[in-house]
Amino acid sequence: MNIIAIFKGLATTFGYMFRRKATIDYPFVKRAHASRFHGLHELRRYEDGMERCIGCELCQIACPANAITVIGAENTPEDRHSPGERYAFRYEIDELRCIFCGMCEEACPTDAITLTPRFEMANYTRNSLIYDKSKLLVPAEYGVGEAPHERPGGLPADLGEVARIKSTMEPERGYLATWRGIDILTSEGKTYMPTPAGGELVREPEKLKGGE
Amino acid sequence: MAVFVILAVALIASAVGVISAKNPVHSVVALLTNFAALAVLYLTLSGEFLAMIQMIVYSGAILILFVFVIALLGAGTSVGDLGPNRLAKVMTPAVIVGALALVVLGYALLHAQNPSGGGMLGAATILPGSQSQIAAVTIMPGADGAFGSIADFGRALFTTYLLPFELTAFVLLIAVIGVVVLAGGGAPERRKAAIREPIAKPKRRMEPTR
Amino acid sequence: MIEALPLWLLVAIKSLVLLIIVITLFAYTMLAERKVLAYMQLRVGPNKVGPWGLLQPAADALKMIFKEDLTPSSADPLIYRLAPFIAVFTALLAYAVIPFSQGEHGPWSIANVNAGILFVFAITSMGVYGISLAGWASGSKYPLLGSVRATAQMISYELAMTMSVIGVILQASTTSLSGIVEAQSRMWFIVPQFLGFLIYIITAVAETNRVPFDLVEAESELVAGFHTEYSGLRFGLFFIAEYINMITVSCLATLLFLGGWSGPGSSGHPLLGLLYFVIKVFAFLFFYIWLRGTLPRLRYDRLMAFGWKVLLPLATLNLLVTAIVVALWY
Repeated sequence: MNIIAIFKGLATTFGYMFRRKATIDYPFVKRAHASRFHGLHELRRYEDGMERCIGCELCQIACPANAITVIGAENTPEDRHSPGERYAFRYEIDELRCIFCGMCEEACPTDAITLTPRFEMANYTRNSLIYDKSKLLVPAEYGVGEAPHERPGGLPADLGEVARIKSTMEPERGYLATWRGIDILTSEGKTYMPTPAGGELVREPEKLKGGE
Repeated sequence: MAVFVILAVALIASAVGVISAKNPVHSVVALLTNFAALAVLYLTLSGEFLAMIQMIVYSGAILILFVFVIALLGAGTSVGDLGPNRLAKVMTPAVIVGALALVVLGYALLHAQNPSGGGMLGAATILPGSQSQIAAVTIMPGADGAFGSIADFGRALFTTYLLPFELTAFVLLIAVIGVVVLAGGGAPERRKAAIREPIAKPKRRMEPTR
Repeated sequence: MIEALPLWLLVAIKSLVLLIIVITLFAYTMLAERKVLAYMQLRVGPNKVGPWGLLQPAADALKMIFKEDLTPSSADPLIYRLAPFIAVFTALLAYAVIPFSQGEHGPWSIANVNAGILFVFAITSMGVYGISLAGWASGSKYPLLGSVRATAQMISYELAMTMSVIGVILQASTTSLSGIVEAQSRMWFIVPQFLGFLIYIITAVAETNRVPFDLVEAESELVAGFHTEYSGLRFGLFFIAEYINMITVSCLATLLFLGGWSGPGSSGHPLLGLLYFVIKVFAFLFFYIWLRGTLPRLRYDRLMAFGWKVLLPLATLNLLVTAIVVALWY
């Protein structure tokens, strides 16, 4: 029976009563999330209003949870959705399957699919959580959508390399893809590992299977 | 008088409930009602202290141990599961013994001397005295010198009724010693050995596997 | 004017007023407990219903009322339904004799009984029936275990509690609660009966089955103990009984050891006395909640050993010393 310990405990709890409370009044006050937070998906547009998605299905292949379904279709001069040949005729993400890993974002050659910081998507039915293009695509009157570097809070400096390369605002850097879990920089078919110096050549361009 | 009749009816009904209930816990609840009614009866006789002790000792301590034991030992078994109804067989002798006890009790009540100043056990004068005693409640129940006060109770217990009181205490002491002997499992050395034994056993069993 | 009323009506009015006060006090003790516990755990507690969450008890009551009242098929229906009422009945009955202040015509209580303290103990010793019968009648194992624990625990600690209070009775040489308060006009009994006071507050926590002695409803072992099977209003009744018992033992501690309504300038001012009384009772209630926020639950064998091997001998010693002192000097 350590009676002194009991009094110590009582003093501790009494002191804690006057400390600042850790509670955040959640629905009314929202906490700032990490700048690289992975939330609800969004399909972005170019500044001229064209859809970025070209229906290449790379995100569908990259998705580890099989949550993405893309069916592409050809653009025609009368019915043009994206600048390229093809566009996503249907684009569906099952948010209940999604693990919010961000692989789709990394796989996307045009930065069309991005993960926004939004996370409040509770609903009553399963069907309502299968998001189709009408829910994912940024409406034309709402601008182009959020690029990763435009998120609230910006990007932390030490993590900037990947995100900076990802940005299509720097056309000379090409685009970023992920190869076996390593961020790699490809430009004109050459593959580079990002290094502080700029990039180390990893491999020469390969011909695609059954190439032209 | 109306209070007395209601209490008497409650007492008898609950007493019948105690012996007629199939489920032991129902019997206990009936007995609890019985004790409570008895305590209120004491109150109407301005035996305040006795009523309180009745509640604290009998209802609060002893009867709750009944519940405890019933809850621990096969709570679900009712009297019906224990075999054929034996109540009918013992009915005739029980009625005879009960009637005899009633006659003796009635004789004792009618011929009991009413101790002056109201010794607590004089409260047995239920029949003729109840009216005046109820009237006494409104004056000053349980005050010093009044009927049924703690001082009077204590004096009666430790002077007039000292021998029965001490004898009863000895009977209870014997019961306690009996329980210790039965449940204690003998001398402390033997108990220690009994605790050590199960730890030693597995060692021997382990040997062949080596 | 008051004397003109018939006695039964006066008692009925007093009882009704007291009932409303006690139930309200219960509701806000519960809210205070949640708030204080939250503050001790760096949370803010209920704050959405009404300003600072002050209407939370009303919301809780509504929830309780509209919840389904289930009776398990294995339960004993009569006793299962009876048990919560026994618990609340015995909890409330104690207030029949508790005086709250001293007026011109006598203490402010429903009935000024000479054996007041005995009455309170007689009634609170009935409270264990509510718990033990509830556990037995539920017809499942966790409630049964909880109620068996409750019975053993409450009987064990009731002994030490009564012993600690007999010291006070000896010193005041009366069993009337208002008489005990009057006997403390020179010195509160907490000073000469300090050991008794310590034993009383420890056993009081155990008697009301609260942390660190809440083995009865140890949720990590017994789901919810004796009220596992109860739902809706019947569960609510147990809840009410627990908190009202808490208030009762706080009132008793105030009356027996802290001089009840006495305080600077309280003689002749019943309302000021009432204020002192309420402040003292609230201090005890806060202490209860504070304990709950601090201490972990005792192991069951330690609980019993503590009751029988520490508290009971100490209480007996205290009683013995008090008896000798009273016999020689009073």
